[in-house]
Amino acid sequence: MMTLLIQKPGIFTSIQTLGRTGKRRFGVNPGGAMDHGAVRLINTLLGNEHDTPVLELHFPAAEILFEGDVAFALGGADFTAEVNGVAVSNWRCVHARNGDVLRFTGVVKGTRAYLACGGGIVYERALGEKTKRIESDLRIEIIKTHSSRPYHNAQIASSLVPHYSRFPTVRVIDGPEFESLTAISEASLFREQFTIGKDSDRMGFRLEGERLYRIDECEMVSAGVTFGTIQLLPIGQMIVLMADHQTLGGYPRIAQVIGHDLPLLAQLRPGDKVAFHRVDIAAAERIALQFEYDIALLRAAVSLRS
Amino acid sequence: MLITPLGENALTVSFGNIISEELNRKAIALCRSLEHAPFPGMIEAVPAYSSATIVYDLIATRRSFPNSATAFAAVAAEVQSALENIDYSSSDVPRLHEIPMHVGANVSLDLNEAATSQGLSPGTFLEIFLKRSYNVFMIGFLPGFAYMGEVDERIAVPRLNSPRTKVPKGSVGIAGNQTGIYPREAPGGWQIVGRTDAQLFDPHRDEPCLFRAGDEVRFVRVG
Repeated sequence: MMTLLIQKPGIFTSIQTLGRTGKRRFGVNPGGAMDHGAVRLINTLLGNEHDTPVLELHFPAAEILFEGDVAFALGGADFTAEVNGVAVSNWRCVHARNGDVLRFTGVVKGTRAYLACGGGIVYERALGEKTKRIESDLRIEIIKTHSSRPYHNAQIASSLVPHYSRFPTVRVIDGPEFESLTAISEASLFREQFTIGKDSDRMGFRLEGERLYRIDECEMVSAGVTFGTIQLLPIGQMIVLMADHQTLGGYPRIAQVIGHDLPLLAQLRPGDKVAFHRVDIAAAERIALQFEYDIALLRAAVSLRS
Repeated sequence: MLITPLGENALTVSFGNIISEELNRKAIALCRSLEHAPFPGMIEAVPAYSSATIVYDLIATRRSFPNSATAFAAVAAEVQSALENIDYSSSDVPRLHEIPMHVGANVSLDLNEAATSQGLSPGTFLEIFLKRSYNVFMIGFLPGFAYMGEVDERIAVPRLNSPRTKVPKGSVGIAGNQTGIYPREAPGGWQIVGRTDAQLFDPHRDEPCLFRAGDEVRFVRVG
């Protein structure tokens, strides 16, 4: 049996998938990783199913001992990873030997890094169960597989690697209550930058910046929300719902971050700034489908090499 | 009625912006109708007070409706046609649940203050609460948490000014004209009048929630 031994737990280390959709009518949100793009890219690179469980890491990150020969890949944030002191880069297939130790020594970019293993991590999560933080000395089992023999040193094309930044512009479509913004606030939304507030977590990011106003201040009846929904709070500031959002929300949904750009947001930390660019639903669908096409190509390329 | 995208994988159908049983029935009827005859690519239909959120798979939907400009337009058309075919008059008889509720100083955490604030004795307050049966409007907030109503005006007490950090599992609460049961221990501000042992959410059941939107719930005092 191959295992990962968590020698030091790091902060907020957890096992994540892409979440479980289709259970909102039971009050269960999909949950899952914050940066779906990174998870899908590195899983695909390793020949895994795209929703194979991975480790989500924050800095200071976990220290991990490989107990067995394991193919792995890192994606998302760059925390200066080293195996036995030798640098390994993100978005690349790496082969670890039994006894190798993976450490992370400093933040270069981003806030959440992902570790996927060829075959995948063994993980069962009951419906509606909260994310468990990983403690020290935990042994994580890896599924041994014969079907996936990732090509040595295979890496993800630079055109597919997300352009993370501390000051990204993310694309949004109008939310169901977009029309309730005043014309001036509508202009501010797409002109100003907004700072990620300190009360930001896996449930949602608070945004601080120019106060936005609605035409009327009437209360809204709770309605469906999703990952990336931007709600306007009564104080005129926004909150973006992230992976662990609830299924219903009672604040106006003024905008919705397109799925492709959610990773750019997910990699931000308090103090970083974000700007919004408005697109329509047709563009949002085109961008999402283009990413699916790119992933399909990567999958085909990986399968040819194994 | 307004249909708007909620990202590339979902849309919201809004019937209005008020809490009303009529609008809620429309939202539930739409969801049931789509569940009985899902369009290709549909993942689920989720009712809320006066709206429904329809979740779908972008790729599967695009593939099934190649002539539509967008998946959103295709799903919006499916929703329109479902709405035209719903017969609101012949809606199903709602399922009725009888929920045993314990009452006492250790479980009815806010009963005395809530009653006093309304100028009622705790006994009368409870009597009014138990007299009605409540509609399940929607499930959300926590896995298995049902928003129910409407609570009699005389006992419609607001949320606590300062929410509790821990409301015990099974607590039955009132917030305005809504009532609800905490399916698990959680922070919350609803005023707690009793507690039930009923298992509202079980991940291992086929249908994990005891209630679904559209059901009727009556509380029965025990102990």
